[in-house]
Amino acid sequence: MNDRQPPLPVLVRAAIALLTLLRLRRRREPGETRGDADPSYGTDPTPATERAAGAGRTTGTTAGAELGVAIALLLAGALGGAFCLLYAFDASNTQLLGLSLGLALLSIAAALILAADRVFPRETAVEPRPRLAEGRRSLEVDVVQEFAAGTQGLSRRRLLLGAASTAGVGLGAAALVPLDSLGPNVGQTLDTTPWRRGIPLVDETGRPISAAEVSLGSFITAFPQGADMRELGSPVVVVRVDPATLRLPAGRAGWAPAGLVAYSKICTHAGCAVSLYRSPLDQQTARQGPALVCPCHYSTFDVLHGASVEFGPAGRPLPQLPLSIRADGILIAGGGFSGPIGPSWWSVRREGPTKS
Amino acid sequence: MVERAARRPDEIVSDDVSARPVRDDADGEAVRFVDERLGASPLLRKALRYLFPDHWSFLIGEIALYSFVVLIVTGTYLALFFNDSTSDTVYHGSFAPLAGQTVSEAYASTVSISYDVPAGLLMRQTHHWAALVFIAAIVVHLMRVFFTGAFRKPRDFNWMIGLTLLVVAILEGFAGYSLPDDLLSGMGLAIGYGVALAIPLVGANVAFLIWGGQFPGGASFEPRLFIAHVFLLPALLATLIGAHLAIIMRQKHSQFAGPGHREDNVVGTPLWPGYALRATGLLFAVAGVLFLLGGLVQINPVWQYGPFEPYLGTNGAQPDWYLGWLIGALRLMPPLEIHLFGYTAIPNPFFGGILFPGIVFTVLYAWPALERRITKDHARHDLLDRPRDNPWRTATGAAFFSWVAIIFTAGSADRILVSVGIPYVSQVWFFRIAAFIAPIFIYVAVRGICRRLRATEVHPLREWTGTTITRNDAGGYDAVAKSTPVPRQQSPP
Amino acid sequence: MRRRRRNPPRARPRRRDRRALLLIAIAVALASLGLDTIAAGQSRVPTGAPPSPAPAQPPGTVPGSSQAGQGRSLFVEGCSSCHGFDAKGIPGRGPSLVGVGAQAAAFYLSTGRMPLPDSHAYPERSKPAYPQPEIDAIVAYVASLGGPPIPKVDPAAGNLSQGEQAFALSCSGCHQIIARGGIVTGSEVPALAQATATQIAEAVRVGPYLMPGFSTGEINQQTLNSIARYIIYTRHPADRGGWGIGHIGPIPEGMVAWLLALSALLIIARVIGKRTT
Repeated sequence: MNDRQPPLPVLVRAAIALLTLLRLRRRREPGETRGDADPSYGTDPTPATERAAGAGRTTGTTAGAELGVAIALLLAGALGGAFCLLYAFDASNTQLLGLSLGLALLSIAAALILAADRVFPRETAVEPRPRLAEGRRSLEVDVVQEFAAGTQGLSRRRLLLGAASTAGVGLGAAALVPLDSLGPNVGQTLDTTPWRRGIPLVDETGRPISAAEVSLGSFITAFPQGADMRELGSPVVVVRVDPATLRLPAGRAGWAPAGLVAYSKICTHAGCAVSLYRSPLDQQTARQGPALVCPCHYSTFDVLHGASVEFGPAGRPLPQLPLSIRADGILIAGGGFSGPIGPSWWSVRREGPTKS
Repeated sequence: MVERAARRPDEIVSDDVSARPVRDDADGEAVRFVDERLGASPLLRKALRYLFPDHWSFLIGEIALYSFVVLIVTGTYLALFFNDSTSDTVYHGSFAPLAGQTVSEAYASTVSISYDVPAGLLMRQTHHWAALVFIAAIVVHLMRVFFTGAFRKPRDFNWMIGLTLLVVAILEGFAGYSLPDDLLSGMGLAIGYGVALAIPLVGANVAFLIWGGQFPGGASFEPRLFIAHVFLLPALLATLIGAHLAIIMRQKHSQFAGPGHREDNVVGTPLWPGYALRATGLLFAVAGVLFLLGGLVQINPVWQYGPFEPYLGTNGAQPDWYLGWLIGALRLMPPLEIHLFGYTAIPNPFFGGILFPGIVFTVLYAWPALERRITKDHARHDLLDRPRDNPWRTATGAAFFSWVAIIFTAGSADRILVSVGIPYVSQVWFFRIAAFIAPIFIYVAVRGICRRLRATEVHPLREWTGTTITRNDAGGYDAVAKSTPVPRQQSPP
Repeated sequence: MRRRRRNPPRARPRRRDRRALLLIAIAVALASLGLDTIAAGQSRVPTGAPPSPAPAQPPGTVPGSSQAGQGRSLFVEGCSSCHGFDAKGIPGRGPSLVGVGAQAAAFYLSTGRMPLPDSHAYPERSKPAYPQPEIDAIVAYVASLGGPPIPKVDPAAGNLSQGEQAFALSCSGCHQIIARGGIVTGSEVPALAQATATQIAEAVRVGPYLMPGFSTGEINQQTLNSIARYIIYTRHPADRGGWGIGHIGPIPEGMVAWLLALSALLIIARVIGKRTT
């Protein structure tokens, strides 16, 4: 059935469909038939159609099929009982529990499918399809007219519609904006870290790390003393490289005493811990330099060049933490990070030093 | 209102109620019980005679539905044992490698479900397998609906409900496997946080809203995730599924063309006994397969992953399969970030984590309207196309899904390297190029295959027409032409 | 309306199309291998002096001269083409072995990572090229050049849980939390199922190839014992849930869900439903 007229806007049609379903109609004139109350729009199937479609009903079964169904059901019962016994006596054997329960369910499935196929009557039937909007064009027009009658006499529709939209947007925003209070204010949180000048670096047990402990080619994870280890600004990776090979960006003189460099451990791409350290034993034959790598999307940060991005999707280098060696040999921070830590975000996002 | 039930050849139709024998056995008692209280007899009669077009591919959506049932049942069991708190506790359970470690209550309760609760691990694993199969069935069902044109009017609205079901199901699965607070899922949550931050303008606010602060979040994050997973999202899923089924009931399921099949009729199996038995059989089959897997094949062994800390990571970290397309996109994306006046306007995870799925779902949601506009076909369709009947739609769909599939495969490039040895960086470049070049070739190839299949009217797998060469008794060769099958008659609409 | 064709109809895609697709696949594979070669050639060669190996320690027990002598002749035969006759290294081919000690030599030789077929190959675990007595001889020779001895390790004295924690902090990023290996940019990372406790200790201290080396300052003896104990445990991790499918997580799980579960259910659906349209 081809609809030649151009379609009405989607929302209007949806509304019409809904109203039609709800049977909103004009008052019936006397003598009018109830034809449009007929729920189907096809005609009753003819015998020819039914034959062509293979309509028909077969009954009757074989004794074997019924027996098969019964056996499958009994098996299911037995397996269910086995599950109960296992649960009572050896509930830690997940494999046997799963086998018994799974096979019990599959046995029931087999019984039902066998029953449907071989035991119970098999039937194919034909019936007309339900009417949706066919033949209801006049009713839809009535709905539209009913609606239009309710807006008769308005002269400045567009002004009213525009004003109503503005009201809607304003109040909608007013309804949504308080959702922001469900979470803490972003404020300066993303810009601050626990690191301050002079704070010692400690290991995961809280023990201060001395510079001599970090050997060439190795790496350790360190945290600010007294801070929450789980805060994103806390963990740093400290590595020792040959000072002659370091090529840090300008303005970071003195940030890497004796070749010890520290970078934030939180990847600037999406926030995973940068927990891989590619550390060539012999750089000449490995033909790669030392790099920190993130296991999530393999952003690779060149340790000798201020953790600049060598490969991968990260858009910023890892922020560097300036290090100093205290008089007693303990590693301490020389200030805050060189830039914001963690994944980037819009707004209040500068490429400069953090507030610490 | 006259009932238009299909007439059975052997039934004497009579509308004189008093002439019908009333059965006095248990069946009659039960029906009378319900009817006297609810007046449900007309509805029951209509329901029992309800016709279902019976093709096997129409059962794929039911596989998803029954997986959902298994999810509800096993999930209820798990929710009664899970502790939705990230407060620290010291692990003193029976798994030795965790002894004495500081872990969250959520993690400890998940390990306890796996190790101490009777049949707890069976329920946990069945639940997780059911989630994977649930979304896989939805995707296969989506493809079936797409390639047979079942999304056309009047089913375009239901198509959108189905797509929304897919989106909600993916979110629900992600929330579910992130609840145990293990190392693997925690890394996934970190990435989710990074992607949320990458939303332009409001990213930081959205992320702080969800996590209750900077990642890993405040004490309220885990309970809210729990409520979302066991109540909010399942309620939404159940409502959408209900609407999805109600619309199908109202419109009656579509059917393939064939002898006696017309646009304005329904040819099928009545609900009772055929369809009810088979559908229930499928329910038990789905449940059976899932419980078998749940007992025999290990999934998500969180005790092996250890607890999550933001400063820990593991190699080979992957999300569950239905998010693999996003990790592929995130890994393939070059290091592009858009800056304005020194501020980061669009961070990198936006492209892989928001733009890419946004494009995919926008195209899918808009497809019925797009196709209507292109084909200028605004008619109601209840007869389905075979994929070959609409070559350009099938080819476009194949090209589009292959674009997504190639990006999905790129997400596993690290394990491809370990298995096959192709270097990772080369794979990244290969997949970047292939994702856009291959769909072109796939489009051309699939369109050609469809046209040829339509011209020859053969079954792509079973029938083949052509010449076979056979040896004859004299030692020579005979060329035997297989007879061309008569093309099927398409009933006029 | 059926079109008339001159050729017999075929149901399968024409041979032409399949051949074209095959050619494209080959072209792409070649292109990616080519790209890889180009990428390798353009990788940044670090400037500056090669880094010194782990801090030199006093040489171990002076080996019996005959063993070291035998070791030297084996060395000249099999190793000097890259490491030089005097084991002082050849630039661009192999590093100096002076001061690396028995520790490194034993690790590389016993895991078959050395000798390499060529100096740019990636050293991976393979069948050792020498029988154990010859390995001992070469190790004795290299030890005579100075360097740390083979480290001691006692997995039984380690604590499994502390090993898991230390492994998660320092090792799992590359080796994966159950030591199934993985990748790092530029190389694969081996799984550890075949590593003996001594090899584990040697690798931790040496930091072979691209692996960082950990001195006693970063990983002390007790932690080393615990890490070794944990790694040995991961050879047979607790698979309470059934078949471990590789212990690498969601990728094999997704494959099982699609190729086992969903396929089985689709087959069942086909059995239940009608097959013809």
